[in-house]
Amino acid sequence: MTAISPPSERLWWKHPLDRVEGIWLAIAFVWCMVMFFMMVYWHMYGSQNLSTETYKTTPEAFAAKAQAMVDQYTVRSEVDGQYPVVAPPADSDIYMIARLWNFWPILQLEKGRTYRLHLTSMDYNHGFSLQPANINIQIVPGYEHVVTVTPNQSGTYSVVCNEYCGIGHHTMVGRIYVK
Amino acid sequence: MSIATTYRTCPRSGLQFESQAEKLMLANAVAAVVFLLIGGLLAIGVVLTRWPSIHWLEADTFYKVLTAHGIDMLIFWIIFFEIAVLYFCSSTLLRCRIATPKVAWAAFALMVIGAVMNNVAVYQGSSSVMMTSYVPMMAAPSFYLGLILFAVGALIACFVFLGTLVVAKAEKTYQGSVPLVTFGAITATIIAVFTIVSGAIILVPTFLLSIGVIDAVDPLVYRTIWWAFGHSSQQINVSAHISIWYAVAAIVFGAKPMSERVSRGAFLLYILFLQLASAHHLLADPGLSTEWKVVNTSYFMYFAVLASMIHGLTVPGAMEVAQRQKGYNKGLFEWLRKAPWGNPTFSGVFIAIIGFGFLGGISGVMMGTEQLNMIIHNTIYVPGHFHATVVIGTTLSFMALTYFLIPVLFKREMIAPKLAQWQPYLFGLSMYGFCLVMMGAGTLGVSRRHWDMAFQGSALAYEWPGAAYMMMGLVGVFGIAAILGGAIYIYVTVGSLLWGKKLDAGTVSERTTPVPPTAPTVAAQTYGSSGMVAPGSFVLALIFLGAFVLYYFINWKYLSQLWGLS
Ligand code: HEM
Ligand SMILES: [Cu+2]
Ligand SMILES: [Cu+2]
Repeated sequence: MTAISPPSERLWWKHPLDRVEGIWLAIAFVWCMVMFFMMVYWHMYGSQNLSTETYKTTPEAFAAKAQAMVDQYTVRSEVDGQYPVVAPPADSDIYMIARLWNFWPILQLEKGRTYRLHLTSMDYNHGFSLQPANINIQIVPGYEHVVTVTPNQSGTYSVVCNEYCGIGHHTMVGRIYVK
Repeated sequence: MSIATTYRTCPRSGLQFESQAEKLMLANAVAAVVFLLIGGLLAIGVVLTRWPSIHWLEADTFYKVLTAHGIDMLIFWIIFFEIAVLYFCSSTLLRCRIATPKVAWAAFALMVIGAVMNNVAVYQGSSSVMMTSYVPMMAAPSFYLGLILFAVGALIACFVFLGTLVVAKAEKTYQGSVPLVTFGAITATIIAVFTIVSGAIILVPTFLLSIGVIDAVDPLVYRTIWWAFGHSSQQINVSAHISIWYAVAAIVFGAKPMSERVSRGAFLLYILFLQLASAHHLLADPGLSTEWKVVNTSYFMYFAVLASMIHGLTVPGAMEVAQRQKGYNKGLFEWLRKAPWGNPTFSGVFIAIIGFGFLGGISGVMMGTEQLNMIIHNTIYVPGHFHATVVIGTTLSFMALTYFLIPVLFKREMIAPKLAQWQPYLFGLSMYGFCLVMMGAGTLGVSRRHWDMAFQGSALAYEWPGAAYMMMGLVGVFGIAAILGGAIYIYVTVGSLLWGKKLDAGTVSERTTPVPPTAPTVAAQTYGSSGMVAPGSFVLALIFLGAFVLYYFINWKYLSQLWGLS
């Protein structure tokens, strides 16, 4: 009779539904459908959807493409020359390497312009956590993820690694300038 | 057929314990509490390091301790306890002997060996890979082997549970259908089998990789299958602790389910849809299609959400109906005001229900939304969410059940009953605070699994806003309070077991007394006749829905202000 003894009706699926339960079931169902359609709606009308464009890659292939961008568009360097600051043109393909334990190079973008940002890892999983905007994307080795980004505010942004990647994890921070 | 064993009828609860099953429950429960103790000690290190002004441990120790904390708590404490619950829901509730006790002991031995092996590997220091152990970062072979042995043991225990159901049916120790609580336990077990198989599919190759038999495991494939294991195992917990909620409603109030059909149907939804929700751990990953993400996390997951929303109404609803029958009929909430708030079995469960729903449930659905996931992925919001589900929901429910079991199963008088009375409030409410400030810090972007938010030694350090530092400080304060609450639980449980006054064990018999059949009720024969029997619970449910809707759309608003992404 109670929940810890067998039900008094053998055929429990014929047990009646209480009105409170029926109404709640209907409300909850509608809410679940609203949440489902929100995701689809945002794909059609929202402007923050994570791209799914992904290619298999290798550290060598990706590093070569990033190096080509750096060679062409470097405007200056920071931290004693360790980090080139690269200002590629709008609408171009831009590259950021995640590796133990830095993001390389520093990118300089223009507000309101669009870029195809390529992300991959040279070694372990890393996390792309853009701060203070707070956009968080997983970086998985072997996969080149192409995310189309349109910065909407100028300023200095940091890229914090937020996937645990070993003892130097807490030192892994990169930078993006938006002019 | 009779097998040499005995059945003890507990004079305090009327429950009947078979002697083998009783010993197995005790052993599994004790092992669980030992790992809770270890995990709790490790939590001190974790929390005092993440408290920025204390920043206690060195980085390597911190990551080691965090790996062990996650595994000891989430896997070992919870699963050992769940095995005890499974034996209770089969052998005790159905009043039958446990199938194959020797095999059950072997399962227990495997689990202990695996757990110890895994712990040793972590403390040796070359396995600080976190419980998720994402490849290509590698741990020592014994790290994976320990987990595999533990999982095999747990799988065997699941089959002992299923075998016990067969025994009960064959030996006719009950009539009709199994009780709702047992039904919930069956749900948990079915999900567990799926879960453990997924775990094997990914951990076995990773173990082979660690000993050099194979060359590589694809990192994205690893993540996908690992989460089929990692997320589904959380559904085991949900099914298990919701079964306990129904059980406690029955034990404390004599409550019966409002409708067996609705409650059982909700459990069935878990089996059908919950495991697909593993996708919501991969929403920020490359390589998976939008359709796959949306279908798996939403369409199907929301049926599982629906199921949880149903239980969220029907568990308090069952309590309310029982209380109203006792005459607590005034207004919407007299039934709740007059509930036994001084009984830790009840208060623990009620604090668990509210915290699990409002904190764990709402945040979980928010972060499981494809686009919204980008604002919290891998931030400390995530541990904030799951401490609300797995600590406030599961752990606190297990604690509440333990207080019931001390006299009934352990046959001891509880030491320090006053302390036990306060324990669910201290532990539960400080966990509420802990989860809220973690979610707050996560909303500001603070990373999880991160040794130093000041980025010492980084050339390009980022400066978190002051509010983030403040919230992480509060994480420390609430965390220490919760650890204190956990310590009281362990003190009361272990203390009662060791030096509590021995209680009368009750009459022992050679054969089982079958569960008496219950007469059909009139109300149950007529469709929807009862009307609005639980208006108070309905109002609580509406308040919950209001909070849910509001919070959900606030996060869409927040998302809409970010950089354009496509
Ligand atoms: C008693 C008080 C507890 C405190 C103060 C506490 C504290 C914490 C903190 C601060 C973290 C996050 C660290 C970080 O990501 O940097 C954490 C992680 C975690 N905790 Fe707890 N915890 C407690 C109890 C529990 C319990 C009872 C469970 C499980 C039942 C649990 C399971 C976990 C898991 C699975 C992680 C994630 C580890 C990882 O990221 O790999 N905790 N804990
Ligand atoms: Cu990293
Ligand atoms: Cu990292």
